[in-house]
Amino acid sequence: MNLLERLQSLTERFAQSALETAGPQAERIAALWWLFFWVCTIIFVLVVAALVFALYRGRARSVEESSGPAVTLDSGREAGIHRKIFGLIVLTAIILFAFLLATEMTGRSLASLTSSGGVTIELTGYRWWWRARYLDPAPERIVVTANEIHIPVGKPVLINLYSRDVIHSLWVPELHGKRDLIPGHPNALWIQADRPGRYDGQCAEFCGQQHAHMRLIVIADPPDRFDAWLDAQRVTAQAPGDDTAKRGMEVFLTGSCALCHAIQGTDANGQVAPDLTHIASRATLAAGTLPNTPGHLAGWIVDPQHVKPGAAMPPNSLSAEDLQALLAYLKGLR
Amino acid sequence: MKVLTCLMLVLALAGCTRERRKPTDVAPSSARPEGSPESALQPGPTGTPPSAEPSAVALPAEGMPHAPYEQSAWAVSEGKRLYQWYNCVGCHANGGGGMGPPLMDDKWIYGSDPIKVHQSIVDGRPNGMPAFGGKIPDSQIWQLVAYVRSMSGLLPKDVRQTRSDHMSVRPSEQAMRPAKPKNEAGTPPSAERPG
Repeated sequence: MNLLERLQSLTERFAQSALETAGPQAERIAALWWLFFWVCTIIFVLVVAALVFALYRGRARSVEESSGPAVTLDSGREAGIHRKIFGLIVLTAIILFAFLLATEMTGRSLASLTSSGGVTIELTGYRWWWRARYLDPAPERIVVTANEIHIPVGKPVLINLYSRDVIHSLWVPELHGKRDLIPGHPNALWIQADRPGRYDGQCAEFCGQQHAHMRLIVIADPPDRFDAWLDAQRVTAQAPGDDTAKRGMEVFLTGSCALCHAIQGTDANGQVAPDLTHIASRATLAAGTLPNTPGHLAGWIVDPQHVKPGAAMPPNSLSAEDLQALLAYLKGLR
Repeated sequence: MKVLTCLMLVLALAGCTRERRKPTDVAPSSARPEGSPESALQPGPTGTPPSAEPSAVALPAEGMPHAPYEQSAWAVSEGKRLYQWYNCVGCHANGGGGMGPPLMDDKWIYGSDPIKVHQSIVDGRPNGMPAFGGKIPDSQIWQLVAYVRSMSGLLPKDVRQTRSDHMSVRPSEQAMRPAKPKNEAGTPPSAERPG
């Protein structure tokens, strides 16, 4: 029972289903999937039934004719078989063509689901995490975050896809199909979520050692909550409150962290690793690998190679005091 | 005879070893490596040229500290990545030099020895080279050393990089002819007193 419960909680936690749709794009893809499923199921049942019938009849006839002369086909019977086969080939071609037409129509209707003036997110794939930039004509209003994006419910969102190293692929099954992130070739995807919730995306193109730990969390918020979130992300990092957090900020800025990571509002401006300005507001660490708790964060900082071997973050040996101070500082970056 | 030849070829495969990548044994470093020689150089006119005495870096028992990095194509490619990441390109460009001296030629102001290059990265050098000691793990410094040396062909050809991921601005590291280091001794021009 305990095992069953754990299994259930696991499947709930990692549930990613293209059939439990949450948006118009995914709905159309699911409808196409069901069309294929039912047509193929019916054909499969008919074929198996025909096979069973043929076996049964052939067996009965062979018993009947075993003492007689060898089976011969008269020309009339042969022509009848030819007609049947020809008819079935035509039927197969018609069904395949109908599938092609349905696919084409689904593609067209997906391509028509766009809008203008909505939210545009620039999503860049790295080994093995996602950088997201919410574009805005005013540069100071651009928001940079990583591995977790929020979208407003009921509005089409344009995601521009880029890659800085190898080919990745974005797949949020509840929202849309897969779309590749190709180095040097910008790609785009429109998604829309019709009900609030958390939808987990995944890299769907094998991209190296930690491909499985490259998760993108998409959180669909009601529009007012989304706006509040976006405004909160625009604010520069919260200044450290107490002395411990101040010491933590010093550790961050003078140690190795600032060489790769950026925290807006401080001197840390590394551009090769996730932006940590609002790290404490995110649900997970290391692209969905760990839940964002102080314990996991400490483990991740000290020995990332144990958690995600091959990731670009090197181990850091900090004294216990410095580590606690750093955690206190990062905890405050809401 | 044919069978024997085939058998020999198959057996020869057993001699192949896969290059080892061990991200977990990256030595963490929060301080400058112990025993690393301090440069006597000071910024400004009080500076004295560096002595040519041998380096006092504590070596691991199994051999030179740079050996595993200079024999691994993966380590050299990591060095190349970090060379971009830590903005070495900002001053040294892609090896051709800019604000900082070029790294793909045969001139080595402070010596081409891996330990000397390591020292340059850890302690920095006068006239602008910042010190990275205590900022980045020692293993990454050794990867950078291996990559810097590969740029002028001082590493075996099989570990040098064959091409760049971005636009090519110079021949690949693998295509560089090994350049015999010059300026190994004497006062580095950048360390001379102005005047």
